[in-house]
Amino acid sequence: MADLVSHPDEIKIVSKRFGQGATNIDRYLELDGYKAVQKVLGMQPDVIINEVKNSGLRGRGGAGFNTGLKWSFVPKQSAKPKYILCNGDESEPGTCKDRLIFEHDPHSVIEGVMIAGLAVGSATGYIYVRGEYRYLLEIVQKAIADAYARGFLGKNIFGSGRDFDIYWHGGAGAYEVGEESALMESLEGKRGIPRIRPPFPAVVGLWGGPTVINNAETLAAVPHIILGGAEWFAKLGPEKNGGTRLFCLAGNVARPGVYELPMGYNLKKMIYEVGGGIPNGRKLKAVVPGGSSTPILTADEIDVPMDFDSMMKAGSMLGSGGVVILDDTACIVKFALRTMKFYQHESCGWCIPCREGTDWLKKTLIRFHNGGGIKKDIDNMYYLSENMLGRTFCPLGDAAAMPTMAFIKKFRQEFEDHLDGRPCPFEKAVVAEPAMA
Amino acid sequence: MNFSPKFEKRFAEMLTHYPTKRSVLVPTLLYAQDEVGFLSDEVIHELAERLDLTDLEVNNVISYYSMLTTKPRGKFNVQVCTNIACMLRGGEELLDHCKTKLGIKNKGTTPDGMFTLEEVECIGACSWAPAAQVNYDFHENLTPEKMDKVLESYKQKSSQ
Repeated sequence: MADLVSHPDEIKIVSKRFGQGATNIDRYLELDGYKAVQKVLGMQPDVIINEVKNSGLRGRGGAGFNTGLKWSFVPKQSAKPKYILCNGDESEPGTCKDRLIFEHDPHSVIEGVMIAGLAVGSATGYIYVRGEYRYLLEIVQKAIADAYARGFLGKNIFGSGRDFDIYWHGGAGAYEVGEESALMESLEGKRGIPRIRPPFPAVVGLWGGPTVINNAETLAAVPHIILGGAEWFAKLGPEKNGGTRLFCLAGNVARPGVYELPMGYNLKKMIYEVGGGIPNGRKLKAVVPGGSSTPILTADEIDVPMDFDSMMKAGSMLGSGGVVILDDTACIVKFALRTMKFYQHESCGWCIPCREGTDWLKKTLIRFHNGGGIKKDIDNMYYLSENMLGRTFCPLGDAAAMPTMAFIKKFRQEFEDHLDGRPCPFEKAVVAEPAMA
Repeated sequence: MNFSPKFEKRFAEMLTHYPTKRSVLVPTLLYAQDEVGFLSDEVIHELAERLDLTDLEVNNVISYYSMLTTKPRGKFNVQVCTNIACMLRGGEELLDHCKTKLGIKNKGTTPDGMFTLEEVECIGACSWAPAAQVNYDFHENLTPEKMDKVLESYKQKSSQ
């Protein structure tokens, strides 16, 4: 069961309706549902866009691009239809928050998609839900059907004279498909190979038409911004990092769970006060702050505000909200290995630096963790990673490379402790079974 | 070849959701697999025909998506996550326990055709780790003992 937790420091906005039965459309309406979109029906597109821009809302999927700014890139006139695409392909290791939004407040995503559509001049939205989330796809399907039945979707929505359609779409298992251009390829019925940018989706997207792609949490925040106002949302976090976000505490922590905290909340406080610290009498060793694609932080580096800009300055990223906590029984080399196994498995295979680079890193780390490593391997892995950066169509290559560089830079001693055939100091060595062939 | 009435109704509706026929392919493949058990040559050819694609084009798509299979599987696909959050909370040990308990390796199927075991990537249950899926059902905060109960419950369900 995906149990809900709470902590007094939470500011519940996106999670306000969790556990309140809001999948039921009448309950959603009782809880201020569909008020925001009706307000937006009376607003000019530029005004809507500016409101979202000024709120400081930035992409909650991980990239952190200002949402209103992204919407403003959609051309006013378009020969091809424009689309809104909700990215519900949540697959970043450590991340389990969009799951709760779909489970407890699917209508907020529907409403967010509609508001985005009204802002950019689109009348069609898609909600893409990852294949493994079948029970959530069914919840979304019902929510969409209920909205149509009430006249909130379809022709003449809310009696406004305007039309809006939203369609569900289920995936079939692929991390890379969460990358926005690969998401579009998948939705078009193809392999999820990313597209080269420019042109960006806002200009050339689904079936060639301008497409706004936003993470589910980003869209779920939009109705709240419309009702509460940009200024209110912006003030919750540091400058240019407005609002709250859902943080998924995971790993070696006493109170794992999804908590909604203001942007800029201190990571150390998050781990120890919200998360209850490290259980079983162990000590904190390291934290992966925003999903496996974000560079690891040592126990000395956690006194940082969790917002996009502060995390960039700290040499990592806010990322997807997946806060994975490692205690002192964890082997960094094994952790790096598991991470590279993931990227190698999920690489779409298109770009040589990613396809070959992730495979090379994985194989080197397998040999390394089994005691077959040589000193040169450490610098070679670092050098290889450096040369993967920025040389691929999409950030998956970077997502493997940057963490590897951080593992080596910050935990070099642990790598050296595995040299000369020594067994892993932390546990028995991983048998090099090609488990993820 | 026809699928169930429910499938056909949904398929016809889905075709109206997109400007191209091909766009229904990925979710349709999964729905077809749910029904038939795996993507047989017959299913592939049927869907290719319906969507004006070649069998090869459909196969190319199938090979990309990890949930899709062209080989028969057990009635229940036990998918154990061993990615980072689950690994830190015993996911690998859980997988090893399942291998021993079921007597099969990764991607193997029990001789009675009941269970297939699969080591999977992150399923989005990180804060409730270690976690697994059996077909589409989530099972979380697992221990080897709880896992045994889960497997038993599916065995029971199957014999009813």
